[in-house]
Amino acid sequence: MQELLTFTIIGLSTGAIYAVVASGLVVTYTTSGIFNLAHGATGMLAAFTYWQLRFDWDLPAPLALFLTLFVLCPLFGILTEKFVMRGLQGTTEVVRLSVTVALFAFMIGLANWIWPSDASREAFLRFFEGNTVSIGGINVSWHKLITFGCAVLVAILLRLLMYRTRMGVAIRSVVDDRSLVELNGARPNRIAMFAWAISASLAGLAGILLAGEQQLNIEPLVLLVINAYAAAIFGRLRNLPLTFVGAAVLGLLDAYYLAYSNDSWFPQSFFGFSLSGVRASIPTIILFIALLARPQTRLRVGATRFREVNRVPTWSTSIMGAAVLVVVTIGISGMLTRSNTLLLLNGFTMAIVALSLVPLTGYAGQTSLAPLTFAGLGAIAMAKLPGDGNLLTLVAAVAIVAIVGAVVALPALRLSGIYLALSTAAFAVLVSKLVFNQRQTFQTGNIAVPALDLPLVEIDTPRARLILASVAFSVLGLLVVAVRRSRLGRRLVALKDSPVAAATLGMNLTSTKLAAFALSAGIGACAGALAGDKVSPQQYEFTQSLPVVLLTVVGGVGTVGGAFFGGILLGGNSVLASVVPSMSNISKILPGTIGITLGRNPNGAAVQTADAFRPLAQRWGIIGFAAAGAVGVWALATLDVVSHWSFFVTGVLWVLAVTPNLPAIIDASGARRATAVAILTVGLVLAAGIDWGTALDATGQRLIAVVVMVAIFGVGAQRVLELAPRVHRSSPDTIGLDRAFTREEIETAERELRVAP
Amino acid sequence: MTTQPLLRVDQIMVRFGGVVAVDRVTLTAEAGRVTGLIGPNGAGKTTLFNVVTGVQAPTSGQVVFEGSDVTRLAVHRRARRGLARTFQRLEVFASLSVRDNVRVATELSTLVDVGNRVDSLLERVGLVDVADRTAGDLPTGQARLVEIARALATEPRLLLLDEPASGLDEAETRRLGELLRSLAEDGLGVLVVEHDMDLVMKVCDVIHVLDLGQLIATGTPGEVQKDRRVLEAYLGVA
Repeated sequence: MQELLTFTIIGLSTGAIYAVVASGLVVTYTTSGIFNLAHGATGMLAAFTYWQLRFDWDLPAPLALFLTLFVLCPLFGILTEKFVMRGLQGTTEVVRLSVTVALFAFMIGLANWIWPSDASREAFLRFFEGNTVSIGGINVSWHKLITFGCAVLVAILLRLLMYRTRMGVAIRSVVDDRSLVELNGARPNRIAMFAWAISASLAGLAGILLAGEQQLNIEPLVLLVINAYAAAIFGRLRNLPLTFVGAAVLGLLDAYYLAYSNDSWFPQSFFGFSLSGVRASIPTIILFIALLARPQTRLRVGATRFREVNRVPTWSTSIMGAAVLVVVTIGISGMLTRSNTLLLLNGFTMAIVALSLVPLTGYAGQTSLAPLTFAGLGAIAMAKLPGDGNLLTLVAAVAIVAIVGAVVALPALRLSGIYLALSTAAFAVLVSKLVFNQRQTFQTGNIAVPALDLPLVEIDTPRARLILASVAFSVLGLLVVAVRRSRLGRRLVALKDSPVAAATLGMNLTSTKLAAFALSAGIGACAGALAGDKVSPQQYEFTQSLPVVLLTVVGGVGTVGGAFFGGILLGGNSVLASVVPSMSNISKILPGTIGITLGRNPNGAAVQTADAFRPLAQRWGIIGFAAAGAVGVWALATLDVVSHWSFFVTGVLWVLAVTPNLPAIIDASGARRATAVAILTVGLVLAAGIDWGTALDATGQRLIAVVVMVAIFGVGAQRVLELAPRVHRSSPDTIGLDRAFTREEIETAERELRVAP
Repeated sequence: MTTQPLLRVDQIMVRFGGVVAVDRVTLTAEAGRVTGLIGPNGAGKTTLFNVVTGVQAPTSGQVVFEGSDVTRLAVHRRARRGLARTFQRLEVFASLSVRDNVRVATELSTLVDVGNRVDSLLERVGLVDVADRTAGDLPTGQARLVEIARALATEPRLLLLDEPASGLDEAETRRLGELLRSLAEDGLGVLVVEHDMDLVMKVCDVIHVLDLGQLIATGTPGEVQKDRRVLEAYLGVA
């Protein structure tokens, strides 16, 4: 009895923290429709900030608390809303989620940078450390009581805020119809800012309380949010009282499990499978159950117009792209060092994982946060199936994972949007905690995935694996293009654009989604099955999937090129981190920083890059010239006229800076043409003339040099040619609403309408 | 009337919390006829469409299509039985081309001769010139035609049109009227919600009038125009 009471108190105190975190999630979700995956990271940053003020700079606790919770946190929330979240209206769910993932990555990077984990720090103390009070014969620390009191206070204050203040009423009405509120004179942006400020303070409070209970470590604080998801879903992301109930249930379950799981009556295994991962997955299991208990998502009439575009890829471009990719990979693979080969290989593997998101998320608009989980399952299947890596084994492994993907997706398909995304996250966590840790899967922490056994060629060196990966990406990329051009592809896009129209035209939404999930799982499985090396379960964890999703969206989840871009960015970023220690801090915040800008360009970088090449379409002479130039640069390198790094810099400059400008150079008039040619020639000469391998001593610095060269010379030439892109993506219906008219547009309109003086 | 009506909506009631959006409405739509459904804003017309197509479950009542009760049938199954609709707030597949909008719908009902069917539908509604444009970039009037073409592509028995003429200019409205008549002549049932009274009076064979969720009149255009309750509902005159 005594024990039960003890663990009840522990459980309720944990639940109180969950409740505070979850209520913060609910407040921002309801006002801005953004499910903030970075919410836990906000709490983590707040806990570190508090530590800095309180224990490092020795401010008195009340002052440090006040500064953290009532000044810095709200400020952070307001800035986040203003500069990051506001740009996200009218984007797809995956873009919105990705931006919060970016923020998450950014904050973790920042914390690692400012407070390195190896530095020794003074202990983070609980409030009134050492003071306890006896309740029913049990000593309870003041910290626990304060935690519990905070949760009650937060509950009461939020209730009063929502129902008794004008701001609260405004918040609740923004939830119902943002544009209506705007028409009625309220300012949704101010309301959203206020909500983000409150939310950040709540995260901060929870972070500080939890840091006292556990320790000041980044990871547990960040992952706190997963437990809060479950509580928030319990409250259906709207209902605060239910959210608090959910939080209490979670806290208690966790405490009771801790109390009784070692007792003899408690099952330790299940049909030979270890149950050791269960405790860590309790919140996830609850999350999964709460999600599946949700009613079927109702079809909504009134489609949202997405800002993303989705062009049909042509066969000629796709086949050419695939061929170029393989040829270029073969061409440069001979020049790479072993470690760079492995990094590029990793980039290609990630690109295949990213590719698995294209049909599912890019085309069909279904967010998955578990792409790597399927890669992990693919690796296990390839390693465990008989055949030692022959093609048949690969086919069987992929087929099995595709079926698994479809089967596990089945219950989740009733959900859409954020609920579906979260259920994939829950699935990913459950698989890593309950499947990947089994003796039967990754028994010793590592398994060897056999290299693909092909006729004629041996896949035994990193170089061979790199070429195989480029071929695999190209083949799968063409498969995805084929899907987009097929009946299924049109259905997937229709499903994303308007589920209700698709259903009323006779489309079975469930089976269409199922096909998308199976296809995606199959492609993901290829990435794992083709690993051809030792793999560990950590590679396929949920937390690893998040950056993949993020960078795929950054690259452009709607296109095969975007997937490639995303994968290479992932690989490239690890180049930065591993090769250049001085750059590692920047590389920590880099993906986050890139991702945060997504609101500006939800189509991703690949589409933007592709747009730059658009003027080349059908101009075969210029394309031939560009190709000949690229081959020429390569020849210079193979003949050892220039070094490998010079080849790389010159090649990139040729492709990214010179080629897109060629049509404009030909079309331009005398002086402009001469200047542009001069600028580009200087660039090429510098690129080829400097021996980058010795001039700069780290790969990361060289890569940055490449980016700078492209920016200076490519953009410089473009400016001269007056090619600075003026993209018009908005529909004619919304011009003037999505942004103000420019002077020029007004004048044009007046001329057209003949109302100008 | 001896034969079975194509669609019978029987005592349909829809309640949203305390609000009764549709209050025990019974009405029919016949094959080969253009049936109008009119009424002031908020009368429950779109809600009734949602009930018929399965997007909204009714609180009580029955939807009978070609003699069988489809009230509990999934949305896509009703579509396959021959119910197709357009939307008041546009629901075109914005990122697909006009041609692919029609194509995806065609492919949901048949895999034979898809290309020709798509072409002839585009021809029939007058979208050939914009066939390769992205549907999301079209002006409202043409986007409505895309929805009509897409609905027709499923080879429906009953076509439900929700304010098809809003956003259309005069010439387009006239062509729409002609299209609706010709569809009816082909034997299709057409049920149309519309605010353009000229169009409604010109093309409809029968008109049902809804007000505040209730059916207040049914009759030919000539009859409803003289109906006292209809005049009250529309003009607020006693």
